[in-house]
Amino acid sequence: MNFSETGNNLKLMLIFSAVILTMPLWLAPIGAGYPDLLQKFVIFGIFAIGYNILFGLTGYLSFGHAVFLGIGSYTAVWSFKLLTMNVLPAILLATIMAGVAAALIGYISLRRSGIYFSILTLAFAQMSYNLAYSVLTPITNGETGLQLSQQDPRIIDRAFSTAGEGLPSTELFGISMSGYSGFYFCAVVLIIAFFFSLKIFRSPFGMKLQAIKSNQTRMKYTGFNTRPYLMTAFIISGMYAGLAGALMAVTDPLAGAERMQWTASGEVVLMTILGGVGTLFGPLLGVGIIKYFENIFSAINEETLHHLFSFLPGFLESLMVTITAPFVGEGWHLTLGVLFMVIVIFLPGGIMEGMDRIKKRFRHQGDDNDPPGEGVDQ
Amino acid sequence: MSNLVLNIKSVNKTFGGLQALNDVNLEIEEGKVHAIIGPNGAGKSTLLNCCIGRLIPDTGTVTFDGENIIGKKAHEINQLGMVRVFQTPEIFPDLSLLENVMIPAFAKRDGAYSLNIFKAAADEREIINEAEKMLNELGIQGDHVHHHAGSMSRGDKRRLELVMCLIQHPRLLLLDEPTAGMARHDTNRTIELLKKIKERGMTKIIIEHDMHVVFSVADTISVLAQGAIIASGTPDEIRGNPIVQDAYLGGAHL
Ligand SMILES: Nc1ncnc2c1ncn2[C@@H]1O[C@H](COP(=O)(O)OP(=O)(O)OP(=O)(O)O)[C@@H](O)[C@H]1O
Ligand SMILES: [Mg+2]
Repeated sequence: MNFSETGNNLKLMLIFSAVILTMPLWLAPIGAGYPDLLQKFVIFGIFAIGYNILFGLTGYLSFGHAVFLGIGSYTAVWSFKLLTMNVLPAILLATIMAGVAAALIGYISLRRSGIYFSILTLAFAQMSYNLAYSVLTPITNGETGLQLSQQDPRIIDRAFSTAGEGLPSTELFGISMSGYSGFYFCAVVLIIAFFFSLKIFRSPFGMKLQAIKSNQTRMKYTGFNTRPYLMTAFIISGMYAGLAGALMAVTDPLAGAERMQWTASGEVVLMTILGGVGTLFGPLLGVGIIKYFENIFSAINEETLHHLFSFLPGFLESLMVTITAPFVGEGWHLTLGVLFMVIVIFLPGGIMEGMDRIKKRFRHQGDDNDPPGEGVDQ
Repeated sequence: MSNLVLNIKSVNKTFGGLQALNDVNLEIEEGKVHAIIGPNGAGKSTLLNCCIGRLIPDTGTVTFDGENIIGKKAHEINQLGMVRVFQTPEIFPDLSLLENVMIPAFAKRDGAYSLNIFKAAADEREIINEAEKMLNELGIQGDHVHHHAGSMSRGDKRRLELVMCLIQHPRLLLLDEPTAGMARHDTNRTIELLKKIKERGMTKIIIEHDMHVVFSVADTISVLAQGAIIASGTPDEIRGNPIVQDAYLGGAHL
């Protein structure tokens, strides 16, 4: 699988970086080139890439990964409140905290596999969500959510300067992390995160994780202690989620418990499946599609539709508008649901499988000989 | 007396009211191929399960290279050098043939756990070469090593699993009916492979229904019936043993 798609890491990384960094350009024509949405693409991209290391490689379906997203956000905001508005300590601490939480939750959840594992992770997620609203209020600030305030100590910043007027903004050595600079910062983090995931996918370690997914019994009788492998994958994916949560706080410094809700955990599952579980790029495609629908389709209203179908004769125009209206605006979930079902039924391997099929068809048309060797380990 | 690799002493195992193993004693000498034969449900697979950590015997001891292995985990027993081919092929159906063979080679080289993420699997030249050499012995060459293991025939899967075990250079190899359900020519290919292995002097326990296979590869044979060993000896002794003839070989194609 990944083994046979081994190519030049450097070339792949260069192309990937170019594509990510030019997102504001090529997403502008479809109306998605504004910083807010771009940041979302990139941050959820990190979340999904990490989730894919667990779900895609080992097949363990966690329904609780939003917990780590939430922990990442809370930690980052606390770092902004207590230490400094510089984002580096925030994302570092958030990633570590999420890793620690993942070790705890993983240690217990991984005692089971299959549906029981999923239920355990879901239980942890709901527990954390409810705790954030109740007993943990001193840390999470309950329903209001954790926010910056003028009275925050920010000890590191205070050591160098006195507090200014109004709320400070997140920064990286003086560069404010809002708007496009925030996007570029997150994009660079995504590129690093993707590189790390590429290394895992193509390493013996990644191959062993896939072998666990394929036949865990065989793995055990082949001399592998599978539990620590699963733990490692779980912790790494938790840390990715923590990092993503921290970046959410970087671009918008507040954290609320709803970030940990099970719907958020479910969203990353959908993204991964939609794009292609266990593929390198699939999760990113899934993120792109879901976030695009969520932000662009939901903004379409009947007026836009009338405008779109205005070339049709009067009664046809209103018919088309009536038919399509339920799928846009508030109804974007319906479109997404239909799309998801179509993909799962016809392309269980997600969009990546669809692209593979198209590629194969082209190849067969190109020459009738056997397809050329897949360029493996020259 | 030569070196004992495996020593099974008074092993008993019951499932509910069923006595699957009844005071089984077995000694496996270094370098020998030891066949276990017996009718269906005799307890042959159960005996192997007690050796590799899948089942724990109710009473009795199993020592491997002088070390008590009862209570040890499956992966620990494998790392000690006892490796098993299952009755129903256990391979990695979603991985390529090459990957299927590389995985056990990693287990042998890196142990039960290692976080090797910095070197690409494609750069593990030594392991790839060894795996390819093993696959070549099965007649799998060139691009075919990248085919999916799951799409192979049952016979090929069994031979693949055998190769996966062989690449670990086990101290003791356990084979559970390596030719069950195979057509004649398929069986012959497996026998050839087994003979090749025999030349390397690897110690083996082989469970087999096919007497043709048993008599062509075994040094010693034990007969298991209703959970108890009723006879042990060289192939010729077993062939001539009246009790065995009665209990088992009578109806079989000898
Ligand atoms: N895990 C188990 N739980 C309950 N009963 C079992 C279990 N494993 C085996 N048995 C029973 O123990 C007896 C011996 O089974 P075993 O699989 O060892 O036989 P076998 O000699 O390998 O037979 P075959 O030639 O059919 O493979 C059978 O009656 C079987 O039903
Ligand atoms: Mg059996």
